[in-house]
Amino acid sequence: MRETKFTIDQKRAPIYEALQTFRQMRVVPFDVPGHKRGRGNPELADFLGEQCVGIDVNSMKPLDNLCHPISVIREAEILAADAFGAAHAFLMVGGTTSSVQSMVLSACKRGDKIILPRNVHRSVINALVLCGAIPVYVNPEVDQRLGISLGMQRSQVAKAIRENPDAVAVLVNNPTYYGICSDIQSIVKMAHDAGMYCLADEAHGTHFYFGEEMPVSAMKAGADMSAVSMHKSGGSLTQSSFLLTGTNISAGHVRQIINLTQTTSGSYLLMSSLDISRRNLALRGKEVFSRVVRMADYAREEVNAIGGYYAFGKELINGDSIYDFDSTKLSIHTRDIGLAGIEVYDLLRDEYDIQIEFGDIGNILAYLSIGDRRQELERLVSALAEIRRRHQRGTSGLLSQEYIDPQVVTSPQEAFYAPKRSVPLKESIGLVCSEFVMCYPPGIPILAPGERITAEILDYIEYAKAKGCSMTGPEDPEILYINVLQ
Amino acid sequence: MELWFSEFHTPDVKHSIRINRHLYSKQSDYQRIDIFDTPEFGRVLTLDGNVMLTERDEFIYDEMITHVPMAVHPNIQDVLVIGAGDGGVVRELTRYEKIVRIDLVEMDPMVLEACRTYLPENACRLDDTRVHIYYDNALRFIRRCTAKYDLIIVDTTDPFGPSESNFTREFYGICYNALRDDGIMVNQQGSPFYKHDAEAMQRSHMRIASTFPVSRVYQAHIPTYAAGYWLFGFASKQYHPIDDLDAKRWSSLHLKTQYYTTKLHVGAFYLPAFLENMLREVEQSQ
Repeated sequence: MRETKFTIDQKRAPIYEALQTFRQMRVVPFDVPGHKRGRGNPELADFLGEQCVGIDVNSMKPLDNLCHPISVIREAEILAADAFGAAHAFLMVGGTTSSVQSMVLSACKRGDKIILPRNVHRSVINALVLCGAIPVYVNPEVDQRLGISLGMQRSQVAKAIRENPDAVAVLVNNPTYYGICSDIQSIVKMAHDAGMYCLADEAHGTHFYFGEEMPVSAMKAGADMSAVSMHKSGGSLTQSSFLLTGTNISAGHVRQIINLTQTTSGSYLLMSSLDISRRNLALRGKEVFSRVVRMADYAREEVNAIGGYYAFGKELINGDSIYDFDSTKLSIHTRDIGLAGIEVYDLLRDEYDIQIEFGDIGNILAYLSIGDRRQELERLVSALAEIRRRHQRGTSGLLSQEYIDPQVVTSPQEAFYAPKRSVPLKESIGLVCSEFVMCYPPGIPILAPGERITAEILDYIEYAKAKGCSMTGPEDPEILYINVLQ
Repeated sequence: MELWFSEFHTPDVKHSIRINRHLYSKQSDYQRIDIFDTPEFGRVLTLDGNVMLTERDEFIYDEMITHVPMAVHPNIQDVLVIGAGDGGVVRELTRYEKIVRIDLVEMDPMVLEACRTYLPENACRLDDTRVHIYYDNALRFIRRCTAKYDLIIVDTTDPFGPSESNFTREFYGICYNALRDDGIMVNQQGSPFYKHDAEAMQRSHMRIASTFPVSRVYQAHIPTYAAGYWLFGFASKQYHPIDDLDAKRWSSLHLKTQYYTTKLHVGAFYLPAFLENMLREVEQSQ
């Protein structure tokens, strides 16, 4: 458990304060953006509100510059680093995708090996396409009943490190989309003992830094870098994120890497939202997330009382591949009522006007956070009860596994840029794929560039399409054809 | 001195009532509760600034939401009432000796407390031995019940406030499940006149019609509600609201009413053309 003792006064919000002052100064804009506080685009100003368009401004001395922060953005970074217990924090405006990519690009270069679980978000493998690093996959254990991939086992990580002593980093999901945590503290130690960095994808773990009785956060566990989706459980605006670094990492180097791909026109809407949300979590996070956990625990109990569904929680913890569980995640196994997760997901939206985070082959995930209320939870639980009453059927013919072990033939970068041809999906068995195929969300690739296409994978793709998953990745939007290596 | 209470029926229409005294004002966990004493309408209960009832015209609402189903179903014994914390619906129900049990589910204890003190004419029968009061979320309460009730009366605030959940498809679905095979659900269905209200009315009618085999709408004139024109939904698994009306049986009970009659019962289901069209539109979109 983290002690919420900060070394700086977390009541400050320097970007927010600078924008307030800036607003009062009524500065005449002869710079970009051209909408000039919304005056040039009344329809936009009317839609978003004058308050909002009025602070959509360019970098300038009083407001600092995201590419090279020296004043208020720098102060906001220092406050954020303090709040998260990191040596340095970077404000990111390209989503957690940009945090993940900057993290991987900072640690690896062309030809370097990186040890990672295969159930990573597409942004991780995209980073490998960009930098040419070689993935060494630790195949996660799969829970047979739930069909989902779990965390990395310590013995598997140790084996990968032993077999690849030249690898430069180990990447850990903390937690997975479903809320499952690996033993990140032990993995950090193993990586460091072997002279490797430990990187964490904490897209779903912002609250670990602020809540009580949460799984351990990456910074607390001693990881070297972490990508934190402040906009998910932290309450900031979509596309805003933090990249955290530990003491082993040169902040200047990371800044250079970030500036390779990050916009030079960082949005002050996004940056101020990070600033204000960080302050909120530092001051009130403990109480906020204990309320979220209470709601999720209540919902789990109620969903399990319906029968048929299984809303899983801390009882899964096994000391290794499920080292810990994030209780704020309301993950529900649906296969026992005869419906795929994606079918329940669609029914909830189409018939009950309830939008959940995702549904896949056997599970759904309802994302609970800082903004939820009891009355909406009652709707969700009641709608699930109704779906069971109206749509329950036998479980025959339902696929059970979300995860198929990949057969890696070549590196993602090599496969992505290699000469390729397009073949009908049905005729692709045995060939090597040069693009991604995934259901989005959750965005964990079924196939990544450089992996062999198998009959099992094609069955999975056909099944997911038939059940209504949104498939993305390939050049062919219908996913009837797939690009393979020549 | 002039003191007026105003309620916006639309952003461009305001309905005002002169106030003598402001008797009660409290913020509960769910809403702001006020009770006024007024020269024209007597005591007025408002929730979040919306008129819920006035002493002067509550009889119309409470009689129409209660006696219509009671005159159709021949054997109502177990009744569930959702909302209705003022007690008016319960008062009407307790007049029927055949009713064995009335479960009242109200989320906000402070509404009952305020009404017991300031609206005794409505709250007078809340202590009847057949009445069981549960302070709970309606969805949570109902989804635990299967084939338990003969009648469910949904008397909640409008679909834009804390009662929004009680106008949803999942709500109507669990009500269906909580009713016996010949059960009836009656709900307040809002007003069809102003656009915003009309759209909400259509949405909830569509959801009810897709849940129950019989779904009909009936109307009443209620001066203090938006446009003075109010609708109720009659949804049932078997009984038809007009074909199965047993006027003789109901009249033999000799209940004295101020608004409801068995003739009006039939007439209330004959709707103006514009409303028929609105309902048909959503029924056909199924």
